Amino acid sequence: MLAAQILAVLIFVVMFLLIITEKIERHYVTLASGLLTLVFVFGVCMQSMSAIWETLNIQNIFTLGFWYSAGEAAEESSGINWATIIFIAGMMVMVEGMAKAGFFRWLCMRLAKLVNYKTTALFITFMIMSAILAMFIDSITVILFLAAVTVELAQLLKFNPIPMILAEIFCANLGGSATMCGDPPNIIIGTSLGYSFGDFISNTGLIAGVALVFVLFYFYIVFRKELQGSGKNVIDIAALPKPEEAITDKRSFIISTVIFIIAVVLLITHAQSHLTVAFIGLFIAIITILTSMKNAKEIMSKVDYKTLLFFIGLFVVVGGLEQTGILTAVADFIGKISGGNLMLMIAIIIWVSAFASAFVDNIPFAATMIPVISSLAQTVPGVDLKVLAWALSMGTDIGGSATPIGASANVVGTSVAAKEGYPVGWGTYCRKAVPATVLVLIVSTICIFVRYC
Amino acid sequence: MSEQLIISIGREYGSGGHDIADELAKRFGLEVYDVNILREIAVEKNLDASLLEKYDEVPKRHFISRNVRGYSNSPEENIANIQFEFLQKKAKEGKSFVVVGRCSETILKDYKGLITIFVLADRDVKIERVSTIRKMSVAEAEATMNRHDRKRKEYHNYYCTGKWGDSRNYDISINSSKLGIADTADYLEQYIKARIDKNK
Repeated sequence: MLAAQILAVLIFVVMFLLIITEKIERHYVTLASGLLTLVFVFGVCMQSMSAIWETLNIQNIFTLGFWYSAGEAAEESSGINWATIIFIAGMMVMVEGMAKAGFFRWLCMRLAKLVNYKTTALFITFMIMSAILAMFIDSITVILFLAAVTVELAQLLKFNPIPMILAEIFCANLGGSATMCGDPPNIIIGTSLGYSFGDFISNTGLIAGVALVFVLFYFYIVFRKELQGSGKNVIDIAALPKPEEAITDKRSFIISTVIFIIAVVLLITHAQSHLTVAFIGLFIAIITILTSMKNAKEIMSKVDYKTLLFFIGLFVVVGGLEQTGILTAVADFIGKISGGNLMLMIAIIIWVSAFASAFVDNIPFAATMIPVISSLAQTVPGVDLKVLAWALSMGTDIGGSATPIGASANVVGTSVAAKEGYPVGWGTYCRKAVPATVLVLIVSTICIFVRYC
Repeated sequence: MSEQLIISIGREYGSGGHDIADELAKRFGLEVYDVNILREIAVEKNLDASLLEKYDEVPKRHFISRNVRGYSNSPEENIANIQFEFLQKKAKEGKSFVVVGRCSETILKDYKGLITIFVLADRDVKIERVSTIRKMSVAEAEATMNRHDRKRKEYHNYYCTGKWGDSRNYDISINSSKLGIADTADYLEQYIKARIDKNK
């Protein structure tokens, strides 16, 4: 077993380093690492076919519980979390359909018009919209459209778009932490531990809501000079692009909006309907394709298959760490240093997750930490797994906001700005984002302490 | 050669490559593109030029950069791409110009009117030149030269398959310290004219 443990850790560390260096595309890295785990850790060292099957987890897809679950439906074994992959794929298809119809651009332009193109009002509105959209849609898509419209409006209304984009990015990450489907770590946490949309919204959602109020004030205060300065420009509103012009096809627009509403309703009610997120993802993808047959090929071609493959490989490698008992050892270590003190354990999980997520991809980090917190809850008396899950969720989701590389939305948002001639360096980014991240982490820690300890 | 003439000049720091580019531009009546690309973009889009210039020909800092679905947070990479797009746009419009550095020998390689030149010089001559122009000690000049050349090399080799300064990557590589700046420009003028005549 020792050889298997050493090899599993070695594969994991090399995989992580290769992901960070970006020399090789990350899905190739995780898939190759996954294959090495299957062959050498499980096959050669452990000689365990059952470990391979448990990690591949394919049999799980063919059970009723995978699609429809009357009880709390946690993924029964470690390894590939197919529910996460199917759900993310489904949402990707839906989002591509919405983007093609012009939904996001229309929404941004509509709201800008509603607030009469006033910079401060636009700033607050776009922050809130970013948070709300990111609750249901991946933050990359939200920021891709929001940042592009922000730059466009900035050029027309003559204001500096960087403060607004930085605030939007932060709010997208915060909004993502509020729901089960907002950010990949939450989807993995939810499906792995069997939590529902309602569980997330009533726990991390509440924390994110409180934090959002602080964040709105924070960004308004730090950017007030830029915002006030830009309000003095005289603008010809009639010359600005009309929201309706964003809609490429009215029929597709209505259909994609209806599908989005159906997805939201299904997600909100899935604890009552017993439909799992895997079912919802597949269902949404199928109705998107069926209702837009003529664009189906284009929509499917835009789905980010690389991310899905990245997930598959990643889950196998993390499965290797789990099957060899490495993650239980990590959990024991955290249990020991916290001395069984729940508050200390929560603080460690939130702040260590946040620090790690500020520099490395939070998805592998969250996937690795889930078995750790499960083990902690089993071995340390009086520790509720849910509380640790909320701590992990807030830490990984919020920590990524601190640096330009911490979360995907940060990379995309700063890239969109830079492509239009507004480069954002680490200094500019971190000066504004680090205090906001620390603020939200403090709010989250206090909320969890007050409510659960 | 087609009517379009694009002279791409790569250069070592202190080799006088930029002065040669200016001289050739004057002789052929062409505009020179260098850091002024960013100034032109800044004026066109009402941007802060100094903010863009900060990242001009600066290599990407890999350890603190990340790519997501083809988007990069690296300001250096985004500014480089803005310049590449600018040059490609001008070349596509059929414009003739001289361009200094900016991977132009690679990104404009599909244009028939492109002539690629790399200007190098003897180390001691470069140090002396940098020391005189920038009014610094020899040691400071050497350190400055090394730093700039390292950055140019890193910048170039990230975006191009051919290596910076490798003679196989250019039509002509020339040591400016043998003839001096003015005579090197004369020599290159003859070469460019010969290329134009040959392709008429």
